[in-house]
Amino acid sequence: MHYSALSLVKQALSGNRGWTRAWRNPEPKKQYDVIIIGGGGHGLATAYYLAKLHGITDVAVLEKGYIGGGNTGRNTTIVRSNYLLKPNSQFYEHSMKLWEGLSQDLNYNVMFSQRGVLNLFHTDAQRDAAVHRGNAMHLNGVDAELLDLDGVKKLMPHLDFSRNTRFPVIGGLSQPRGGTARHDAVAWGFARAADSLGVDIIQKCEVTGIRRAGDKVLGVETSRGFIGAGQVGVAVAGNSSRVFNMVGMKLPIESHVLQAFVTEGIKPLIDTVCTFGMGHFYISQSDKGGLVFGGDLDGYNSYAQRGNLPTFNHVVAGGVTMMPCLARLRILRQWGGVMDMSMDGTPIISKTPIHNLYLNGGWCYGGFKATPGSGWVFAYTIAHDKAHELNKDFTLERFREGSLIDEKGVGASPNAH
Amino acid sequence: MLRIECPWCGVRNEDEFSYGGDASVQRPADGGSLDEWYDYVYTRDNSAGQHTEHWQHLNGCRAWITVVRDTITHEIFDTAPASPNLPPGSGSGKKTNGVKS
Repeated sequence: MHYSALSLVKQALSGNRGWTRAWRNPEPKKQYDVIIIGGGGHGLATAYYLAKLHGITDVAVLEKGYIGGGNTGRNTTIVRSNYLLKPNSQFYEHSMKLWEGLSQDLNYNVMFSQRGVLNLFHTDAQRDAAVHRGNAMHLNGVDAELLDLDGVKKLMPHLDFSRNTRFPVIGGLSQPRGGTARHDAVAWGFARAADSLGVDIIQKCEVTGIRRAGDKVLGVETSRGFIGAGQVGVAVAGNSSRVFNMVGMKLPIESHVLQAFVTEGIKPLIDTVCTFGMGHFYISQSDKGGLVFGGDLDGYNSYAQRGNLPTFNHVVAGGVTMMPCLARLRILRQWGGVMDMSMDGTPIISKTPIHNLYLNGGWCYGGFKATPGSGWVFAYTIAHDKAHELNKDFTLERFREGSLIDEKGVGASPNAH
Repeated sequence: MLRIECPWCGVRNEDEFSYGGDASVQRPADGGSLDEWYDYVYTRDNSAGQHTEHWQHLNGCRAWITVVRDTITHEIFDTAPASPNLPPGSGSGKKTNGVKS
């Protein structure tokens, strides 16, 4: 069913009884050309682009829980492409361009809102770094705008602008094309679009093993029996190590928990995404009115989808320092997502030493904004059995070769990226 | 809030400690191969379940300790001094239960 204003009117006039399921609920077949493990945004996007751009429609997406129940539904929905290093900049800008046409492409409103992303700075050194980053963005064809104090005041009038605070705001670097999207809608939109092209989305189907003959994968053992596959793509960020443990491989990844928070709904207060420069804090306001914010990882290896109080305190302290009026709000919800923290802070979208097994993981904090771009290049990599120009640097071998992509420059400390 | 038993200071809140990562990685001998160094610097078991790890009691006695913790439930099973040069039973912590100290 094509969604349009006309379909809305038709359904309204017929009592809304004609809406059909957005995607089927098929039984798994015995064999597929391609199996994608993981029914989050990245896995669903991969299946969609495999079918749409590469004509590979004999595809199953296997999800152990339900669609979008993992990190796709556990983030702060921020979309941006304000990176410094060229491989990141090109990749995330490609993803940004896909976001800009995504609702039309999927025929599903992902509520992509280009409200801008503003990174504050508080010292001369930070301003220099922001100018450096902004210039690098311009050279890579990405929009960036340097704001002085008055420019920041116009965008975010409720910040603490007093001069006697420990870290006075002196300006900000803005990416006006950045913004937010509705995270659930992204999963549902990709699921519906992939399903309509013939992809089987199989929920409550946990992969428990990978059957191999030498360096070739034959298929996957699941809670619903063995399913054969010509190629297998793994898009399970947070749990990549556990899946690759099934083939005896250790990855340059640690799993860490990242918390996020939502306040009670209030009238419009923040109409951009804003980040604090002297601590790790980012905030935006959802369309329902709740302020959505987050900060640092809890900092120790964790597969628990929940975090602890010290990090909560730390995040809120940063927020209240930046924007004191936040102290008046009550927090409604708090949750944790399990992040694949790679050893250089950059994702891995790559072939692996096993012939027909492909890895899409190591997303650290940055997975949500990458969803369309990640699926787009992963589909290409699977369809052509080689990396696209946009993910040729995101290899698994880069760690061994020393060709790291370390945006933050902190080395092999996964809890510090 | 994790409550971690420092073998020297007793049970303290997690915010007195700083995380030091997987304690099972072994530094290669001098002249180790590229593969050994790659494994040491970059790859991790990243196990879901029991995990042996280093913490430092940074805002306390500053000693490094070894902690056995569950990465799914966050339950802590055991703590011990991390230094290989201390005699067995150093500190007031529980027995090491096979934890390499």
